[in-house]
Amino acid sequence: MSTLTQDTVSPAPPSPIDKPSTMRAVKDKLATVAVYTAFGIALVPLIWILYTVVSKGAGLLFDAQWWTNSQRGITARVEGGGAYHAIMGTLIQAAITAAIAVPIGVLTAVYLVEYGRGKLARAVSFTVDILTGIPSIVAALFIYTLWVTYLNLERVAFAVCLALVLLMIPVVVRSTEEMLKLVPNELREASYALGVPKWKTIFKIVLPTAFSGILTGVLLGLARVMGETAPLLILGPPSKAINMNPFEGFMAALPTMINSERDQSLQPAVDRIWAAALTLIVLIMLLNVAGRVIARFNKVSR
Amino acid sequence: MSTITGHSELDAEPSGDSASTGRRGDRIFGGLATGSGIFVIVLVIAVAAFLVSQAVPALLDNKANFLFDRVWVVTDSGLEFGIPDLLYVTVISAVIAMVVAVPIAVLVALFLTQYAPPRLAAPFGYLVDLLAAVPSIVYGLWGLLVFGPKVKPIEEWMATYFGWTQLFDGPVSSGAIFVACLVLAIMILPIVTAISREVFAQTPSTHKEGALALGATRWEMIRTAVLPFGTPGVISAAMLGLGRALGETVAVMIIVSTNPGLFRFSVFSGGETFASKIANSASEFGTAQKAGAYIAAGLVLFILTFLVNAAARIIIERRKAFSE
Repeated sequence: MSTLTQDTVSPAPPSPIDKPSTMRAVKDKLATVAVYTAFGIALVPLIWILYTVVSKGAGLLFDAQWWTNSQRGITARVEGGGAYHAIMGTLIQAAITAAIAVPIGVLTAVYLVEYGRGKLARAVSFTVDILTGIPSIVAALFIYTLWVTYLNLERVAFAVCLALVLLMIPVVVRSTEEMLKLVPNELREASYALGVPKWKTIFKIVLPTAFSGILTGVLLGLARVMGETAPLLILGPPSKAINMNPFEGFMAALPTMINSERDQSLQPAVDRIWAAALTLIVLIMLLNVAGRVIARFNKVSR
Repeated sequence: MSTITGHSELDAEPSGDSASTGRRGDRIFGGLATGSGIFVIVLVIAVAAFLVSQAVPALLDNKANFLFDRVWVVTDSGLEFGIPDLLYVTVISAVIAMVVAVPIAVLVALFLTQYAPPRLAAPFGYLVDLLAAVPSIVYGLWGLLVFGPKVKPIEEWMATYFGWTQLFDGPVSSGAIFVACLVLAIMILPIVTAISREVFAQTPSTHKEGALALGATRWEMIRTAVLPFGTPGVISAAMLGLGRALGETVAVMIIVSTNPGLFRFSVFSGGETFASKIANSASEFGTAQKAGAYIAAGLVLFILTFLVNAAARIIIERRKAFSE
């Protein structure tokens, strides 16, 4: 009896599910190692750059002078001065750019989601994609031909802003579009059922619901625009003095402050270059983090 | 990314805008929105039109062959310029950057979607995204002063053993194109990773579970389910990265030293891309005629990036039509 049962309950043949052959297991392990290594490699430059910039640039940032003074009258040989003029320039240019790009970008997104269909909507969507891919130097050349060659105007900060608008619009359109699509249709329908006209529905219901998402897009767009240097090289000659007027004279910005002294090997100048780089990175990362934090409190998250 | 945007239920109704009452408010707001959309189209057309309008007179005055002559003499007395060197450096640096970045980006995307613990996937992804937040002028500074000197031994090693190819021919000059290629690779990594991650995450779970149920290892599941599904997306991600690398200006301008004399087709020499040439010469624009030469170069860059980006979008669209 007992022998019989023992025969029937012979151990099952090893299943391929439990244990893949050695070769397959090795390949699997190799792939795992490769994937983890790649992630490690991707982080190396980030850590390296941040380390470099912080270790070389942090010193000056603790100096109150850095935040309150300009570089006026200060040569590469001399220590001192600050980045106030460049920080203000960068912020002013970012603000003007946002003031122009945000309405156009949001309205374009509203068109794409709420009104647009058919060929025109397709064309708009395609051109937004193309605008996303336009190199900043091409945007700058376009504004150069428009502003300097055709309108015969001086190269001023406002022209830089116009070039930056071109680079910011697609970021705003795409993020706003994503957010508007997430607004539930029930909200719109409820509003229509109460007899609210379409434009008021969009203005009072759809846009406020998506507001935090739109703000995120704006902040990310600003972060992109503030680091752009090419338009500044073509359209905005640098300045060492404080100039808050975007329509007249030269205006400083952090990228041009770095660029104009980058060939220097004298220590005071080198310190200032890295400090300006750190200031720029801090500004951009703050905007980035703010954008992501706001996105977390989004009413219409997925 | 999609062209067919914002399909709401309302669109399906035969009357179309049933909610629109034809009131003035609706007409004004709808008109503003449509106007903005049209404005964006006009903007892109204007970019092309203005560049052409300035490039053409300069090209007509050009005494050299624009496409084949390797000269760039732009003075008030006459224009003599050609783009083969610029085109070569632009394309070769962007292509090498892509060859380096795309495999790493795909592996990182796989890590983020298939390997990383779900709770950590988002913060890990954010770390890679931070690479995109570093401004390009900082990449340039770091590439010139910190990264470049460290890469030099590797370049010299490559020149010794692969110098027989024209591409890696020595001697290695400081400010070599090769350093810019690596920095460009780092710069396009986040965008390629982000898009690859998005498509990998969309792999139908039935495909993945099916592969695993048949006894596939994790790598076999990726190879048979995730990668085939994501390939078109990865290709278009790579092309968007290529477009970025072609147009990058300031990092290349700072890192690569300009080359007096004729360019020798090695990535270990200096050189100039379209973008860096234009940025380097910004102070010499002077007259409209002189600027025209650089605008002609910018126009070629515009066409190049337009073609690459349009191709990327078309691939994405076709894949979308396929999977829906």
